[in-house]
Amino acid sequence: MTQMSTIYPPATRVEPISRHTLAVVVDNEPGVLARIAGLFSGRGYNIESLTVTETEHESHISRVTIVTTGTDSIIEQIKAHLEKLVPVHRVVDLTLTGDAVERELCLVKVVGKGEQRVEAMRLAAAFGARTMDASLTSFVYELTGTTEEIERFIKLMTVVGLAEVSRTGVAAMARGPEGM
Amino acid sequence: MSEMMTGAEMVIRTLQDQGVEHIFGYPGGAVLPIYDAIFHQDQVKHILVRHEQGAVHAAEGYARSSGKVGVVLVTSGPGATNAVTGLTDAMMDSIPIVCITGQVATHLIGSDAFQECDTVGITRHCTKHNYLVQSIEDLPRILHEAFYVASTGRPGPVVVDLPKDIQFKMGSYTRPTSNQHKTYRPTVKGDIDKIRAAIELMASAKRPVFYTGGGVINSGPHASALLRELARLTGFPVTSTLMGLGAYPAADRQFLGMLGMHGTYESNLAMHECDVMINIGARFDDRITGRLDAFSPYSKRIHVDIDPSSINKNVKVEIPIIGDCAHVLEDMVRLWRQTAPQVDKVALKEWWTKIDGWRGRDCLAYRPSDEIIKPQYAVQRLYELTKDRETFITTEVGQHQMWAAQYFKFEEPNHWMTSGGLGTMGYGLPAAIGTQLAHPKALVVDIAGEASILMNMQEMSTAVQYRLPVKIFILNNEYMGMVRQWQELLHGGRYSESYSQSLPDFVKLAEAYGGVGIRCDKPGDLDAAILEMINVDRPVIFDCVVDKTENCFPMIPSGKGHNEMLLNDYLNETGPVDLGSVIDEKGKMLV
Ligand SMILES: Cc1ncc(C[n+]2csc(CCOP(=O)(O)OP(=O)(O)O)c2C)c(N)n1
Ligand SMILES: [Mg+2]
Repeated sequence: MTQMSTIYPPATRVEPISRHTLAVVVDNEPGVLARIAGLFSGRGYNIESLTVTETEHESHISRVTIVTTGTDSIIEQIKAHLEKLVPVHRVVDLTLTGDAVERELCLVKVVGKGEQRVEAMRLAAAFGARTMDASLTSFVYELTGTTEEIERFIKLMTVVGLAEVSRTGVAAMARGPEGM
Repeated sequence: MSEMMTGAEMVIRTLQDQGVEHIFGYPGGAVLPIYDAIFHQDQVKHILVRHEQGAVHAAEGYARSSGKVGVVLVTSGPGATNAVTGLTDAMMDSIPIVCITGQVATHLIGSDAFQECDTVGITRHCTKHNYLVQSIEDLPRILHEAFYVASTGRPGPVVVDLPKDIQFKMGSYTRPTSNQHKTYRPTVKGDIDKIRAAIELMASAKRPVFYTGGGVINSGPHASALLRELARLTGFPVTSTLMGLGAYPAADRQFLGMLGMHGTYESNLAMHECDVMINIGARFDDRITGRLDAFSPYSKRIHVDIDPSSINKNVKVEIPIIGDCAHVLEDMVRLWRQTAPQVDKVALKEWWTKIDGWRGRDCLAYRPSDEIIKPQYAVQRLYELTKDRETFITTEVGQHQMWAAQYFKFEEPNHWMTSGGLGTMGYGLPAAIGTQLAHPKALVVDIAGEASILMNMQEMSTAVQYRLPVKIFILNNEYMGMVRQWQELLHGGRYSESYSQSLPDFVKLAEAYGGVGIRCDKPGDLDAAILEMINVDRPVIFDCVVDKTENCFPMIPSGKGHNEMLLNDYLNETGPVDLGSVIDEKGKMLV
């Protein structure tokens, strides 16, 4: 090999990792969720959140929203493998289609008395959280927002007596007039 | 027109309507109604195997050698779990299989009933798709859909898990008129703009190579014919993966032999130095690429694959074309003809000169012997003595498999059945049985190792029962040779548990099964013994006693590039290859 200089790239190429939100439209048949979850676990992909409910009852169609992280090539693989699953109608990468609307709902229980309790109420009001339940020593708040807002809310609530958290995971939709 | 019948009858009717002539199976409580339906007809013939793994491998051999879907019928629980290795094998090698498993009655599912297991859960990862049938109304659609899904797109195994109560239920059966599926629609035609770009890139190539794989075989004999045509039109060299052997004739001058870990010197160096790589139906498997960052560093790549998830999985390509090999090749041939491009004749001539130089290294040469049978020699003699008849070869897994791939020359597709992706020892004998059933007049030989053959030896009984005169040609080196080779490579020649201790007397074993046993340990006797084997019209176990120390070369050690091949020092120029010193710490992590 004379004229050709080596062009071996360094052994470990570091590709940047990004977060993608995927909307997956599937037939709501038994086991479809296991197929999707199994694909991620079997191939070592990440799931940050996964939400699913039947969205069209007549035709038994469900919409799964998956938030995942990986390099660009891993994200491409994930989409290709999802599309290969027989009950999958469509996979849309909402992160690529532009700035999608992404919302998550959380329920937060705080327990405390005195100043702590007052502070919890103030914070909840500042975030626009709704009070779903109240007792003399506790509140259950509901907050809907982006994942980041919810993370911030929960972090603050830890200081004022956070006892329990339940989150739905992300529901997402592209902006503008076009449907999926 | 619809007809009333039981679920079990629907299974058999579907098989008849799909044109299935043979199924491979093993009965049990959860499939008895289906076995009863089999009893009442004789259009679909049932082959009783001796182990459910054997049933799937037999169906694989049948499918791969005939282009049809292989069909398997097993009972619930242990029947289904025994089939898992075969299903995984079919998944890895893209073999169309429909496997019907019995299941406990619907109302018992989830109760840990006798011979219950979560078959759809267990097989989810090793099938292309699977179904649990939940009502008799769904059964005809699911059964026909299973055939459609298994055989189209990238083929693969499909499981239909059928509870026993549904086998008894009456329902109405109609044969679906269309295969239109609401979600499953594989891409067949390639994007014509991409194909045009591919042709342009090919026309500009100075050092091109076709890298072809099992996808060409799966696409049907027409794809092989088109590949030959395109190769002839362009004059480019062709190399093939293990799974693709036979798609391009081995004796042709443009064929460089197999590539990859045990591929030829000329193939691997052509891959390393090419400037345009045309991958048709191969998947950049790690046995092919070796060290990824050293893989074909100067090339622009075209990749034709029916499976979008194969694109850019291991190796980035410039021109991906998603589609069926035959369709894409057809477009390529047509466009090449239409555009009649001006190729760089001078550069191509230089390229061929270079390739011929590599060929001159004669990388498959080995040191001959008149005292002891060299395994390579045994395969060469087998080839020479069988090449003028219709011969199908299956293999087990190990050194013998690689020698079979290197020294047996395949001229036609569908004549070579081997477990490539999963590397399943025990594949070859049942696969030979399936192949023989699909080609009753042909010679079918399982080139085996003495260790592998014991994994599904029981299928000898199946061969005898159905008078399938398969030939088991054991390259008996008294070692798990491939394991021994790697222990030399990685573990200082400490042969931990790789010696084949307490081997049976294979001649007596053949006789015990009702077959014929032949032993040969002298090179001088080999031809006569092989001829004797060929001429017996019964199953034969041929115990070919070979050199115990021989290793498989060329070899690209794990973690190395194509230009770092180890070669057989048959001329005694460099002294024996010291396998112990070639792999670095990182390479040791790889397999
Ligand atoms: C089911 C299974 N178990 C283990 C292995 C690992 N393995 C690969 S080759 C081999 C040895 C095969 O020995 P033999 O059949 O005698 O073939 P040889 O290499 O000696 O030709 C083993 C154990 C495998 N491929 N499949
Ligand atoms: Mg051996």
